[in-house]
Amino acid sequence: MFSLERWQEIFETISKNKLRTFLTGVSVASGIFILIILLGVSEGMQNGIEKQFQNDASNIINIYPGTTTLEYKGLNPGRRIQFTNEDYELALSGKEKVEYKSADYQIWSRLISYKKEFGSYRIQGVMPDFQYLENASIIEGRYINETDLNQLEKHIVIGNRVKKDLFKDESSLGKYVSLGGLNFKVVGVYTDPGGDREEARVYIPITTAQVVFGAGNNIRSMGFTLPKIDNYDEALAESNQFTAEIERQLKAKLLVNPLDTSGIYISNNIENTKEIYLLISSMKLFFWFVGIATLLAGIIGVSNIMLIIVKERTKEIGIRKALGAKPMSIVGMVLHESIFVTAFSGIMGLIFALGLLEFFGPMIELDFLVNPSVNFNIALSTVIILIVAGAIAGFFPAWRGAKIKPIDALRDE
Amino acid sequence: MIDIKDLHKSYKIGKNSLHVLKGINFNVKEGELVSIMGSSGSGKSTLLNILGILDEADSGSYHLDGVPIKNLNERIAANYRNKFLGFIFQSFNLINYKSALDNVALPLYYQGISRGERNDRAMSYLEKVGLAEWAEHKPNELSGGQKQRVAIARALASHPKVLLADELTGALDTKTSYEIMDLIQQINDEGKTILVVTHEEDIAQMTKRIVHLKDGVIIKDEKVEQVRALEHV
Repeated sequence: MFSLERWQEIFETISKNKLRTFLTGVSVASGIFILIILLGVSEGMQNGIEKQFQNDASNIINIYPGTTTLEYKGLNPGRRIQFTNEDYELALSGKEKVEYKSADYQIWSRLISYKKEFGSYRIQGVMPDFQYLENASIIEGRYINETDLNQLEKHIVIGNRVKKDLFKDESSLGKYVSLGGLNFKVVGVYTDPGGDREEARVYIPITTAQVVFGAGNNIRSMGFTLPKIDNYDEALAESNQFTAEIERQLKAKLLVNPLDTSGIYISNNIENTKEIYLLISSMKLFFWFVGIATLLAGIIGVSNIMLIIVKERTKEIGIRKALGAKPMSIVGMVLHESIFVTAFSGIMGLIFALGLLEFFGPMIELDFLVNPSVNFNIALSTVIILIVAGAIAGFFPAWRGAKIKPIDALRDE
Repeated sequence: MIDIKDLHKSYKIGKNSLHVLKGINFNVKEGELVSIMGSSGSGKSTLLNILGILDEADSGSYHLDGVPIKNLNERIAANYRNKFLGFIFQSFNLINYKSALDNVALPLYYQGISRGERNDRAMSYLEKVGLAEWAEHKPNELSGGQKQRVAIARALASHPKVLLADELTGALDTKTSYEIMDLIQQINDEGKTILVVTHEEDIAQMTKRIVHLKDGVIIKDEKVEQVRALEHV
C-alpha cells in the first residue's frame, strides 16, 4: 500500500489533473479550516461570556439584611435588620457542604493616601475565602489570610485600579498607605474580572475593620458557595435547600416574620447562570454542527470527484486490468489517492486555522470574544476524522473502479 | 498452445438471448500465426475476448498452454492475463499521460519487478520495435504506427505465451499497416504464437493460417501461403 511505486503512480495522476486536485483539496481544506475556526470562536465566546457574566463565583449565595415589612411577635414593621458575627456562625451551623464562606463589613467610601496621591475607595473587611467569592485573582503578594484575621493585622490588599492611582509605576508591596489616620501595609494586589469598578476596592481583615470603624461585632452581609455539581438541576436543588435552611435559622433568631420577604434578602447566583450554561452549551453544539456539516460537504466533494476520476479513467483501468492489474490494486490506487488528497489538504487547512488562531487569537479582545483557541486533542481528532473520511470518500469510487470489466472498458465506441 | 472444445457463448439482450458462439472447436500450436476472419457480428471479437480471459464462455473447455481456463476469480484471471497473454488493440489503448517507456513497463509493474529492471527490459523492447529514441515521448506525440509499435512492445514485455491482436491495423493506413505486419511476422519468426482478428483480406494473407467465422461457427480453417509484408512496403 505504501510502496514507492504507488506514490509515483499517485503523483503522476495528480500532476495530470492539477487544477481538479487543487480544487478538491481546497474544499476539504476549507471544511476543516471552518470547523477549527468555529471551534476556536466558540471557545472564545465561551471565555467572553464567562468573563462578562461572572464577576463573582457562578454559584455564589449572598445574604443581605433588609427592613421588615410585617409585624412579628410584637415587633413593628419597618425595623432594620443588622447581622452580627453570631448570625454568621449560626448560618454556618449544621452545614456540611460549604466550599467557600465569608462575612464582610464594608465602608462605602474612605480616603486612602500614599505620599501625595490619594483617592476615595470602598473599604471591605473580609475573610480569606472572600477572594474566591469575588473571583479576584492576586497579581502580586497575597490575599488576606487567617493570621491577619486572628491578629487583627493592619494589612491591606488593594485593587489594580487603586495601585495605579496611588503608586503609579512604583512597587506597592510592603509600602504603607494611610486609611482613616492609620497606616496599613500593602500585602497584595488583585485583579477582578469585574473590571475597574471592582478593582477600585481594598480589602482588610474583617476583624480589623470592625475595630477600626467601631462596628463592634456587626457584619454587613455574608456569602457562601457550595461545591460544584455538574448536573444543573441537582446543583439548583441543593443550593435552594441550603438557602432555605439559612433563611429559616436567621429569621427565627432575628425575629423576622417567616412570610416577610424584605427582612432578609438572599440572592442565589446559580439561578442566573442557568441561561449562561444553556447558552454556552447550545452554542457549542451549533458550532460543532455547522463545522461538521461543512466538513461533510468537503468530504462528499472528494467522493464525488473520485467518482468522476474513476469514470474518466474507466478505459485506463480497463487497460491496466488487461495488463494484469488485480482488483485490489485498483482499489488501492483510488483509495490511496483519495486518502492522500483529503489528509494532505485537511492537514493544510488545520495548520492554517491553528496558525491563525495562535497568531491572532491573543490579539482579539472583544467583549464577547476572548482568546479563541482550540484544544490540541480536538485538533488531533479532526485529523483522524479526516483520514477516516478520506477512506470512506474513496471507498465507493474505488469499489466501482475495481468492478470495471476490461472488456467493457476497452470496447471501441 | 490454445485448445478449445465445443465453446458456446450467448448474451442476454433484454428478454432475448443472442447466441453468439455456437460450438467452436479450435487449436493453435506453438509458433503459429493465425488470423480469424469474419464480418461484424460473426462472433470473432467474442471469441478473442474469451481467448484473452476478458470474458468467459457459457460451456465448453478452454486450455491455454495446458492450463484450464474456467471459473477464475478476478485475481487469478488478472494473473493469467499478465503471465500468458499480450494484447494489441485497434485503438492502441496506451495510457496517455505515461511515456512510451512507462507504458511498456506497466505489465512488468504488475509482475512486481523493480523499477530499474522494468525500465531496462522495457527499453530493450522499444529498441526491438525501433522506437528507442522515442522512449520519453507521450503517446500523443507519436504517430499511429509508432503508437502501435509501443503497444506491441508492451504486449511483448511480459513474455506472454500468446499475442492477441484485435484489428491491430484497423486505425492505420495501408503502408503503416504493412510495416506493422512486418513487425508481427518478425516476432512470429522468432517463435511467438500470435492470433490476429481482422476483416481485411490482405492482412489475413500475411498470416500462415486463416480461420473463417460466420454466425458463430467456423466455416473454413485453411493454411495459406504467407505473403511477406516487407515485399509490399
